[in-house]
Amino acid sequence: MTKLNTYRAGPDEAGHFGIYGGRFVAETLMPLILEVEKAYAVAKDDPAFWDEFHSQMKHYVGRPSPLYFARRLTELFGGAKVYFKRDELNHTGAHKINNTIGQILLARRMGKTRVIAETGAGQHGVATATVCALFDIPCVVYMGETDIERQSPNVFRMKLLGADIVPVTAGTGTLKDAMNEALRDWVANVENTFYIIGTVAGPHPYPAMVRDFQAVIGNEVREQIQEAEGRKPDSLVACIGGGSNAMGLFHPFLDDEDVRIIGVEAAGHGIETGEHCASLTGGKPGVLHGNRTYLLQTDDGQILDGHSISAGLDYPGIGPEHSWLFDNGRVEYVSVTDKEALDAFQLCTKMEGIIPALEPAHALAHVAKIAGDLPKDHLMVMNMCGRGDKDVFAVARLLGIEVSQ
Amino acid sequence: MTDLETRIGKRFAALKAERRAGLVTFVTAGDPDLETSKEILFGLPGAGADLIELGMPFSDPMADGPAIQASSLRALKNGMTLKKTLDLVAEFRKTDNDTPVVLMGYYNPIYILGVDAFAAEAQAAGVDGLIIVDLPPEEVDELWQPARAAGIDFIFLTAPTSDDARLPVIVKRASGFIYYVSITGITGTRSADIADVGVALKRICKHTELPIAVGFGIKTPEQAAEIASVADAAVVGSALVDIIAANLDPDGRPKEGVVEKLLGLVADLSAGIGGADKKVA
Repeated sequence: MTKLNTYRAGPDEAGHFGIYGGRFVAETLMPLILEVEKAYAVAKDDPAFWDEFHSQMKHYVGRPSPLYFARRLTELFGGAKVYFKRDELNHTGAHKINNTIGQILLARRMGKTRVIAETGAGQHGVATATVCALFDIPCVVYMGETDIERQSPNVFRMKLLGADIVPVTAGTGTLKDAMNEALRDWVANVENTFYIIGTVAGPHPYPAMVRDFQAVIGNEVREQIQEAEGRKPDSLVACIGGGSNAMGLFHPFLDDEDVRIIGVEAAGHGIETGEHCASLTGGKPGVLHGNRTYLLQTDDGQILDGHSISAGLDYPGIGPEHSWLFDNGRVEYVSVTDKEALDAFQLCTKMEGIIPALEPAHALAHVAKIAGDLPKDHLMVMNMCGRGDKDVFAVARLLGIEVSQ
Repeated sequence: MTDLETRIGKRFAALKAERRAGLVTFVTAGDPDLETSKEILFGLPGAGADLIELGMPFSDPMADGPAIQASSLRALKNGMTLKKTLDLVAEFRKTDNDTPVVLMGYYNPIYILGVDAFAAEAQAAGVDGLIIVDLPPEEVDELWQPARAAGIDFIFLTAPTSDDARLPVIVKRASGFIYYVSITGITGTRSADIADVGVALKRICKHTELPIAVGFGIKTPEQAAEIASVADAAVVGSALVDIIAANLDPDGRPKEGVVEKLLGLVADLSAGIGGADKKVA
């Protein structure tokens, strides 16, 4: 592979990161996709747009989120100095709100009067319903029936926020089916509706746009670690479902070649069992939901359902820029099983007094594997992208403890 | 290849000579099972289908409605694959060398098979055209080139959202015919207002001389006749697929008479279209 001058120039004008990305959508949607692309291109160059974005980040979301030195875990692991980027302290409890604020500001600029979204674990649904309440815009959230059962607290939260929840029974009733259904809604309501996609996937310009909004994470880390340690981090670690929190942390550092970057996928019951969500480790390139990217699929090109303990990682695809960074080797991608994540969840809670979401518990499980072998002056930043309140009932069930909900 | 050398070109020329619009029928290959699907396919020309659209089953047909998604999942559950779909067309071609067969579906299974292998196998099987829902002109070249080189027509969808800026981009690579999606929505849901369709078709005609088939939301012989009065062909899909769905036993096996019922509706639709007074040539 030829070495690139920059890893941060993508995508090209047609939305491609190498062979990945693009705009694989029905013709009915093409004019809309082009309209979103054009509107975002203008907004991106408008300082007033970013002023409003950063003002919302500060006053509504509560940014910058702290960069926290995890002293006890660092001592336990006995190697690298481990920092958490505390995005779980954001309003609504995860990084998702960085993106929904950005997209709702764009929807408003475009004069759209109705918002739709898909959600798996419910975190993106809550973050979307939240910004719709804030800006008084009707909101419809598509959610798989299976996920609705698994995530009842988030379903109620969205309802309180005024969103309509549409249960999706088609297919297998999970996140990919919710995304199919949201796309169908968009096709049928092209005039007034803006589709807020929750991750760095979908047709161009979504992967690039969501990345730009989430890049606030990595940009803050660069300043904060400079302040704390007087230099750059040596490594970055984040979990990956669709990959938006990881891309937000990674992207500002892609051209700092001395920074090692590691993405952690969900290995579910283990890659070898076939029951996992590790699109890069266990899938192959294909086309779904508007982009070309690594997908879990059969030899006949039919999409498979993923499995993960974490509903937020339970998606058979991954953002196209990750696929590109995987192929060119800039980012290392590894995977962590349900059990390892569950152990890390408990360890973090006991040692740091931070209940992590099951998603970043995957990242922490990998940190636990490698930190001990690294020198004590190695600076490692892990994205604590969500808090675990939403997961406590599921974890109790998994641990065989009865908790009345 | 000129239009008159292809089955699609010849069929539209014949329809024009007969001064009537054509009936395009959609069913999913392998729905509900390979055997029944084969019986349906082989019976379609005799029942009055002028062109056959055959769905390539896909797990996530995001531009289709519940009826067609369910038909895809039924076929996949019973072991249908893209290879078997191509084999089915090859078998059909042994019995019928005139009725055009257009494969409709999503890109991923083709991409996984490989675009060159797919184009070669489709040509060998006797496939005449392709409608790949999630390949807009911006992404189509990688399949368009091998398909066209193999003499297979590439049929593009146009929609109410396709304006005068968008249409030239679409028709540039189109051959065979143009498929006008008459509503902004998914298959098998709402029906379009005929006056709107007429206006849209006039607009499309300004950009291309290709015949125009109209689909999405046509369920009855009356609706088909109405569309046939303004278009070169009417496409019916969900209404046919619904007949299969309504005639399955609790284990998902087809009940006696499902093929006859489906072909009966095709005959009624064909009769409806045959009686239509075609205003636009």
